[in-house]
Amino acid sequence: MIDLENVAYSYGGGELLSDISLKLAPGSFHFLTGPSGAGKTTLMKLCYGALLPTAGHVRLFGADVRGLDRDDIAVVRRRVGVVHQDVQFLNHLSVTDNIALPLTVSGRHAEAAGGDLGELLSWVGLTNRADALPPELSGGERQRAALARAVIMSPDVVLADEPTGNIDWDMSQRLLTLLIELNKMGKTVLIATHDLSLIRATKAHVQARVLRITNRRIQLAGADL
Amino acid sequence: MKLDMTSLRALFVGDRHADRVVPPSGFTAQLTLFAAAAMAFLAVFALALSLAAGRLAERWGDELARSATIRIVAPLDQRVAQTEAALRILETTRGVASSRALSDAEQQELLAPWFGSELALDTLPVPRLIEVIEDADGMDPAGLRLRLAAEVPGAVLDDHSRWREPLVKAASRLRLLGWVAIVLIGAAVAAMITLAAHAALAANAQVIGVLRLIGATDDYIALAFIRRFTLRALSGAVAGTVLGMIAMMLLPSTSEVGGFLTGLGFRGAHWLLPLCIPLLAGGVAFLATRGAAKRTLRELA
Ligand SMILES: Nc1ncnc2c1ncn2[C@@H]1O[C@H](COP(=O)(O)OP(=O)(O)OP(=O)(O)O)[C@@H](O)[C@H]1O
Ligand SMILES: [Mg+2]
Repeated sequence: MIDLENVAYSYGGGELLSDISLKLAPGSFHFLTGPSGAGKTTLMKLCYGALLPTAGHVRLFGADVRGLDRDDIAVVRRRVGVVHQDVQFLNHLSVTDNIALPLTVSGRHAEAAGGDLGELLSWVGLTNRADALPPELSGGERQRAALARAVIMSPDVVLADEPTGNIDWDMSQRLLTLLIELNKMGKTVLIATHDLSLIRATKAHVQARVLRITNRRIQLAGADL
Repeated sequence: MKLDMTSLRALFVGDRHADRVVPPSGFTAQLTLFAAAAMAFLAVFALALSLAAGRLAERWGDELARSATIRIVAPLDQRVAQTEAALRILETTRGVASSRALSDAEQQELLAPWFGSELALDTLPVPRLIEVIEDADGMDPAGLRLRLAAEVPGAVLDDHSRWREPLVKAASRLRLLGWVAIVLIGAAVAAMITLAAHAALAANAQVIGVLRLIGATDDYIALAFIRRFTLRALSGAVAGTVLGMIAMMLLPSTSEVGGFLTGLGFRGAHWLLPLCIPLLAGGVAFLATRGAAKRTLRELA
């Protein structure tokens, strides 16, 4: 699905990430952890084509990102659902419209109006906030709306960057349950977080691998977690 | 951005959903409409000016058609002899295509407005008129005057082209100015739309960023803006053009002897020309917005 081969990335100064090799196989569940500023968000961005590696190769669904034009990138993003760390919505559209936006922009209006949307809203517990505008949502509601928007296209891969950043333990658990459900439906999931207790709680339910960024490199964390 | 049939169709048929993706903008939208209408109104006048100046230049150019007149002012008994002498000289003058003396009847007609038609020309010392038509090379009026002075003392050469030429030149310049004004108006529309589109794109940078992240193509995003500005420029220009054409219709109608001022206006099929103005404004807006959107989108991931 997503394949990184000896990837390095630098924002201009020294290398932030070096020699990263990573394969996200279909149906796998990964956590990405590491101290703040280690480059988790950067790695995620490499995975959905928002950044190009400064060295090495990133392959998205078999195609090297360097060979993709802007339209190809757009199409890739329809197959990768992303929950961004700084979730952004269109503030003039309702929560429902925002969640359906990926369908709208890819010309699938009919589905945007369909019943699946209501089901998705109740799945993330936003049914009674459906007509609210994004600025009226709480932090946790925003993150659930972001998750709903990330999965509405039924993507093959879900990348979630600190999806539980703003929310309490119970709500984090619920959100994680949603991601586990997605994984059980066959989606590839990658979650960036530094909440180790969340990782531990998840490992009880799903076969998850934990990747840690230390010293610019990525390591598979042991069972010591 | 590829301009294919689907995007053209999308431009006019529209996409209710795509339109909502960009937040509405009340005040600037009205400014764009107003500016487009004002520009179209001005363009109608510039067009009318060009066309009228063109007609004028053509008519004056045709009329002077290298013609000149010789007046034979001589006592009655010498008039015929001098007229014949002048005609003989003209026959051998280079640059003269043809020449003929006007008949009594023709002269009477010319004088009728002043003296009535009862006038007996043969009893009055009215000068005889000779009409001279030059050929393509033109004649040398100074040389002709010298020869006439030597042999036909009563001949006076009246060379109209020499005073009409500057007028024709002025009319042609006026026509050119009219077209320059139209081009400038078009460029101003392009500049205005570019500014407005840039402002809208900058104001909606966050929206555009979100759209890119969730998988919208550049074409989709650009089209949402292009549609807005093209339709705005188009509808503003339609209003301005219609008002301009109404104003032209209300101008006093042309009379036969009317000078330049009353000649300002459209004639016949020329009334169809201003209808191109909204289309041109729409086209200019389309290209300007597309350029602005392209530049903005290129800077986004
Ligand atoms: N656009 C940018 N230009 C320059 N430097 C950047 C840019 N974005 C991030 N950085 C730097 O790169 C480093 C890694 O950033 P990144 O956002 O990937 O960290 P992170 O692991 O996601 O951190 P956190 O856990 O706080 O979200 C940081 O030191 C950050 O300051
Ligand atoms: Mg981060």
